Amino acid sequence: MRTPIAFGLAALVLAALAAAPFLVSDYWTGVLLGMTGYVTLATAWALFSGPTRYVSLATVAFFGIGAYTVAVLNESMAYPLVLLSAGGIGLLVALLVGLSTLRLAGVYFVIFTFGLAELVRQSVTWFEVNITQTMGRYVFLPFEGRHIYWQLLALAAVTLLISWGIGRSRIGLALKAIGDDETVAAHSGINVTRTKLLLFVISATIITLVGAIQAPRWTYIEPSIVFNPTVSFLTLIMALLGGPMRLWGPLVGAVPLFLLFEWLSVRFPDHFSIILGLLFILIVFAMPNGVLAKIEDVRRRSA
Amino acid sequence: MFEHIVNGLVLGGLYALVAMGLTLQYGIARIMNLSFGDTIIAACFLTFVLFSGVALSPILALFILAPVGYVTSLVIYRVIMKPLVDRAPNDGALEVDSILVTFGLLFVIQGILLVIFGGGYTSYSYLNTPVSVFGAVVAGNRLTALVLALVIGGAMIWLLYRTRWGMTLRAVALAPDSAPLFGIDLDRATRTAFAIGGAMAATGGVVVSMFQTFTATAGVVFTMKALIVVILGGKGSVVGAIVAGLLLGLVETLVAAYIDPGLTLAAVYAVFLVILLVRPSGLFGST
Repeated sequence: MRTPIAFGLAALVLAALAAAPFLVSDYWTGVLLGMTGYVTLATAWALFSGPTRYVSLATVAFFGIGAYTVAVLNESMAYPLVLLSAGGIGLLVALLVGLSTLRLAGVYFVIFTFGLAELVRQSVTWFEVNITQTMGRYVFLPFEGRHIYWQLLALAAVTLLISWGIGRSRIGLALKAIGDDETVAAHSGINVTRTKLLLFVISATIITLVGAIQAPRWTYIEPSIVFNPTVSFLTLIMALLGGPMRLWGPLVGAVPLFLLFEWLSVRFPDHFSIILGLLFILIVFAMPNGVLAKIEDVRRRSA
Repeated sequence: MFEHIVNGLVLGGLYALVAMGLTLQYGIARIMNLSFGDTIIAACFLTFVLFSGVALSPILALFILAPVGYVTSLVIYRVIMKPLVDRAPNDGALEVDSILVTFGLLFVIQGILLVIFGGGYTSYSYLNTPVSVFGAVVAGNRLTALVLALVIGGAMIWLLYRTRWGMTLRAVALAPDSAPLFGIDLDRATRTAFAIGGAMAATGGVVVSMFQTFTATAGVVFTMKALIVVILGGKGSVVGAIVAGLLLGLVETLVAAYIDPGLTLAAVYAVFLVILLVRPSGLFGST
């Protein structure tokens, strides 16, 4: 498909999705909201982890930082400033994590991100209990579901646009080279650490913003609510199912899986994580490169 | 002060023990096992069941649960890991695949534990009598834990460094590509290493359940600490794991005693950061 046509089509779909809250019930607006949130999370995750193959397990650390920042600041400053601060804090934390781990082999990064959410959660809890003496905060923002949905939709569109832009740029090419072989990439004149750091920071900042925008949905927020490891897990499994190396891969994975999870969490609330874990193992086994790659593979073989 | 050091050594001995298991799995079998901590927690709960259900002492439970850990890990390796090992074109790809698969496994084990035992804190009272050691008062169960960790860890070192079987494993850790040239069965060595790692995780679980409360969701923290000890000590280095484990246990206990118990994980992370920045190959690492 030629680019202008694809853009026109994407704009049409976006407009239709934006109009949806006027046509469907509040329940379905809520579903669309959650789905858009995960599409954004999965796309942002794949932005960095897809091409570099550095598996980040810290999605919820940034998501939670965003949500919690809104919970702390929502009464003391204007909403756009709150969002800006949340994004800024996420960016700083990502810089800190990236600078200390991305110079090294990928496995250090994975391990560091593995415990990061737990570390941030415990630190925030400690700070609230000992310093501010407030456990649990309220978010009072005059938003309904559809307002949050529109913000997320805008963020999702921007994220996809960034992903598309990077895929076509020199940085995108550099990233792919790093994913294939870091040593070769370094020898071809790519500043490996800086490229990885840049992408990680962009990805983490978007994830932080998703958390910040979704915060008003909870009304009451405490660390154990917003630092729920299931978020990291869901993001990862969605991106992997669709294929983290492609622009539309995370979206293709996120939409059906989100609907499945909605259904599962109602039908089997207690066995949710077991089913999820098994499904995840299955995906790693059967479709290591995602469903889009699998379809292409099957097509090529039959042709 | 002395009391804290003894308690720190108890905790450190435990960390050393479980990290030894993890370093075998990662250093020899080349599997980065993120569900390691959940194996430990599963063993905690099983010990609890044996103790409160049929009044079996944890020390005897060890003789049941360590073999159970071995066999379960062997099955997991056969069913889940082996196909990934065969499929992976290089070590890097296997690392990514094993990280993903064991991340899924983590949620499965955790989910099963949550369904059966719920999310609350669990503990049982075993040998909870104070014992005086050189003037410091230590709980009897902690002391038992330290002795167990020392005995089992010592036996493991002897096996690895003084037997032909151990030499085989170390050869695979050092040069997995050349080991088969000397007639070493690579597949057998890796699955044995993975299974022993599982047995040591189970052992660690039995030991930790004697003196600590545990929850179904605490596995992540154990995995994290074991991983940090492995990196601090140097990948695949058993001696490194012991030194690093004791160090981490001391740091954690002293931070809890003199600064704030809520900051132990932060302290552990600080240690991790310092190693990453100063010596990424670990204290006893080669490359």
